[in-house]
Amino acid sequence: MGDLFRGAIQALRLILALDPQVLSILGLTLRVTGIALLFSTLIGVPLGGLFALRRFVGKRVVIAFLYTGMGLPPVVVGLFVYLLLSRSGPLGYLGWLFTPRAMIVSQVIISLPLVVGFTMASVMGVDPDLRRQLASLGATSWQATWAILKEARTGVIVSIVAGFGSIISEVGAVMLVGGNIEGYTRTLTTAIVLETRKGSFDLAIALGIILLALSFVANVAMLSLQGKRLGE
Amino acid sequence: MKRCSARLGLVLLVLALLGLAGCQATPTATPQPEPSAVPPTPTAVVRQAGQLLLATTTSTADSGLLSYLLPDFEAKYNVKVNVVAVGSGQAMEIGKKGDADVLLVHARAAEDQFVADGFGIKRDDVMYNDFLILGPAADPAGIKGMKDAAAAFAKIAEAKAPFASRGDNSGTHVKEKDIWKKANITPSGDWYLSLGQGMGETLTVAKEKGAYTLSDRGTYLSRKDNLGLEVLVEGDAALFNPYGVIAVNPAKWPQVNAELANQFVEWLLSVETQEKIAAYKHASGLPLFFPNSEAWRAAHK
Repeated sequence: MGDLFRGAIQALRLILALDPQVLSILGLTLRVTGIALLFSTLIGVPLGGLFALRRFVGKRVVIAFLYTGMGLPPVVVGLFVYLLLSRSGPLGYLGWLFTPRAMIVSQVIISLPLVVGFTMASVMGVDPDLRRQLASLGATSWQATWAILKEARTGVIVSIVAGFGSIISEVGAVMLVGGNIEGYTRTLTTAIVLETRKGSFDLAIALGIILLALSFVANVAMLSLQGKRLGE
Repeated sequence: MKRCSARLGLVLLVLALLGLAGCQATPTATPQPEPSAVPPTPTAVVRQAGQLLLATTTSTADSGLLSYLLPDFEAKYNVKVNVVAVGSGQAMEIGKKGDADVLLVHARAAEDQFVADGFGIKRDDVMYNDFLILGPAADPAGIKGMKDAAAAFAKIAEAKAPFASRGDNSGTHVKEKDIWKKANITPSGDWYLSLGQGMGETLTVAKEKGAYTLSDRGTYLSRKDNLGLEVLVEGDAALFNPYGVIAVNPAKWPQVNAELANQFVEWLLSVETQEKIAAYKHASGLPLFFPNSEAWRAAHK
């Protein structure tokens, strides 16, 4: 209990004192996750809509892959990205390994299937009559897709929230491809691993509390998008 | 409907701004060239000139030694040293793939192999400390005060007392395997816990399980206050723990920052830096590492 209590106190102290090291870690965490989520959203939401609304050859196989992707072990993604970006790998010339870019690449791969999958599910849940109606009103397929995505926005927001949750809390991949370099690629999760390894359990749990708080604030912000849909 | 898309647009805008912020200068101690948004062409593959990637073992980083030493080097050469702290085995793999410029590790035989295979130019002694056999105060195998590490391991195996092994091919794990070999024992069974984790985690497991373990002195000192493990065996020559530095061979990987790596090696081995290593003490006043470079030895004959 002692560590937990000291951790909570220390979390408060770190936040109130605007500890520069914690701020830098927090900033990097937000940037990496924010950029990754932006890519996942921009790619994943339209893709999810298309998967739900269009018929195409091999759709079943694609969806089976997609569902597998939703359960990708992050550390496997990390290893894959590591070998891809290593100097000895095919994209080694980019020099991205052990930089925030490598972390963003991993996080996009981890979160994209979730965004696509949940968007697809929510779009498929939209009343089929609406689609027929839109078609009869002469909407182009892009207009119809956009209108249906808006109708399914609760589910679409959930897909983004799920994507966010999968990467803000992720440690295996970012540790591997980022290298946990102080002031450069150290995120909240990798800092927690480091402090745990060093036996500074109170600092580790303090960072954990900060991570949870950050996640909470981000989720509240995203929830506001759903507006009245929550039935409050 | 309309309000929703406006809000969605707003969120995307915020995400985009976050994204832009991410493309701006990275938070580093010294000014450095802006990472270009366009992937560099294969002709310009050298890592940014002002950055050195040091792959090292967790003990040098977690003990605080590197954060104590590196600012001097960074100021002197106006560069940024990026430290990736992993097990020695993983650090050398990073070097083998050309992803690090220089290594600071402790796994002597593997280091010599690394150089023999042409991945490094040469290996230099940097410093040393020693390994300790730790265990619960109750000492069920009765090894306290023994002078022979291999004999102590044999007694632990005989008593089938729990033993927590790093199991991660780190320098410490390699040393542990050497000692088992010397004792002519292949450890296996319920009592032998191969963890596949870092030193810190292994100490935590040993504490919780009341197990014996092998640890470098530095990590033990930094953890001992709330650890409840005692030093049972120390001082055997077999427990000597030398650290070496190796610059990754640019003939193998032309992209490495060889010039800076060599400057780093030179700086690390210089008498001045070695004096600083000697002066770096644990909070209890005990030294963590003992300088051992050729230059230092020559100056202290």
